[in-house]
Amino acid sequence: MTSLLEALDWVLTADSWTGPGGLGVRAGEHLLYSLLAVGLSALVALPAGLFIGHTGRGRGIAVVSTGVTRALPTLGVITLVALAAGIGLTAPMVAFIVLAVPSILAGAYSGVEAVDPQIVDAARAQGMSPRQVLLGVEVPLGLRLILGGVRLATLQVVATATLAAYVGAGGLGRPLFLGLRNHDYAMMLGASIVVILLAVVLDALFALGQRLLARRPGTA
Amino acid sequence: MIEFRQVSKTYSDGTAAVEDFSLTVSSHTTTVLLGSSGCGKTTLLRMVNRMVEPTAGSVRIDDVDVATVRPVALRRSIGYVMQNSGLMPHRRVVEDIATVPRLNGAPRAEARRRAMELMEVVGLDPQLARRHPGQLSGGQQQRVGVARALADDPNILLMDEPFGAVDPLVRLELQRELRRLQDDLRKTIVFVTHDIDEALALGDQIVVLRPGGRTAQTGTPRELVEAPADDFVSRFLGLDAGRRKLRAAPRPGGGQVVTDDAGRPLGVLDDADGGPSAGAGE
Ligand SMILES: Nc1ncnc2c1ncn2[C@@H]1O[C@H](COP(=O)(O)OP(=O)(O)O)[C@@H](O)[C@H]1O
Ligand SMILES: [Mg+2]
Repeated sequence: MTSLLEALDWVLTADSWTGPGGLGVRAGEHLLYSLLAVGLSALVALPAGLFIGHTGRGRGIAVVSTGVTRALPTLGVITLVALAAGIGLTAPMVAFIVLAVPSILAGAYSGVEAVDPQIVDAARAQGMSPRQVLLGVEVPLGLRLILGGVRLATLQVVATATLAAYVGAGGLGRPLFLGLRNHDYAMMLGASIVVILLAVVLDALFALGQRLLARRPGTA
Repeated sequence: MIEFRQVSKTYSDGTAAVEDFSLTVSSHTTTVLLGSSGCGKTTLLRMVNRMVEPTAGSVRIDDVDVATVRPVALRRSIGYVMQNSGLMPHRRVVEDIATVPRLNGAPRAEARRRAMELMEVVGLDPQLARRHPGQLSGGQQQRVGVARALADDPNILLMDEPFGAVDPLVRLELQRELRRLQDDLRKTIVFVTHDIDEALALGDQIVVLRPGGRTAQTGTPRELVEAPADDFVSRFLGLDAGRRKLRAAPRPGGGQVVTDDAGRPLGVLDDADGGPSAGAGE
């Protein structure tokens, strides 16, 4: 209990946030890594997931491979890639992308699949091309679930991005590992609190977005 | 003119939905495909716009095999009304009606203007234009469906039990309005229903189907009632159970009172113009 109070005290001290290694910079790095990883993952996983949902092709492979990658320990992936790519941001980025892709992929194809097949059929029967059906009907109607996948991925990556510090990159893992090494539990716990706050704020933003989407007529 | 030439359809699960079906639908007329559920009506209808590909035979529109036309282009040139209305839940009524004109390249304002016109044609209050389909009654939704199918002025209109899900009174009204529309527009309509009264009310030509999309009889409504080809047709039309048997008895004031088989009065037949339609039905 006292250590928690000390941690809060440390987080609420202005000095902890300033300077080149302060919480402000670390939280910024943490956010940047997370958004970068989720963004890069979405670049691959969104089109792939939409394609799978629209065509039904590759679904079996997607289910199996996402199951497998979800079982991979992130720390193991970082270590493995770091052996090849060396110290720095590359290894953690690869690991975060491996972590984020399955969630985004699954959200995208289940979002498209959740759209009423009769509506999709009607859209095709009016003469919409497959692309028009996807972008004009399936994506807008499935958007809430598609966004749900990105939300889950973001939460996972933000919670895991502390591991970037394990191979010399920045982020909130730095004060966390530093505190651990120096037995400075206030710092360690304080850094964890900031990670949690970051995750909660981002998740709330996504929740808000999804709630706004749910109010649109016809959203699956 | 639409021709079905010996078409068959066996779905990938082995269901033989249609076997060796042939039919000619003359331009500017209404042909009704009449049959009970599962007999292959929808399958036949969807062969016309390539939503279903026949496994044998061909469908021709004005002597062009539809298999040679790109599906997207074909569908944009044919109106299609579905039983569940098939409206886009996320689009406003006016946008939905404007779909095909937009797909065919009409500018937004032009397509909207056209959509508003169509709303009037099918008897929809222009105030409904900005609603979403979820905010409409079943009858209104079907009207929107008809307006959307007509929006780019197609020659052919495919209608798959379009009034099947609305209540009987609204259904009668929609049927009446479709007849009125057809008098003006003279489209080539293929209309699917399992409702014999609807078929008699709308069809210039009626095709009575047995399961497996096999033709039991083709003819005008009058030909079917006058000379059903066999027991199946006569049972389907309700001729056997006395449902269409009418009686006439002299009336004190002149003319005849027409009753159904159970003796319920349907109308009066004048001696002067005792045509077959006087007062009966409705
Ligand atoms: N996509 C499909 N796959 C397999 N069987 C189908 C499919 N569509 C329809 N059928 C079957 O084909 C038969 C005819 O169906 P359909 O044309 O929808 O009949 P109707 O419109 O007269 O009710 C039915 O037995 C139905 O179950
Ligand atoms: Mg049907």
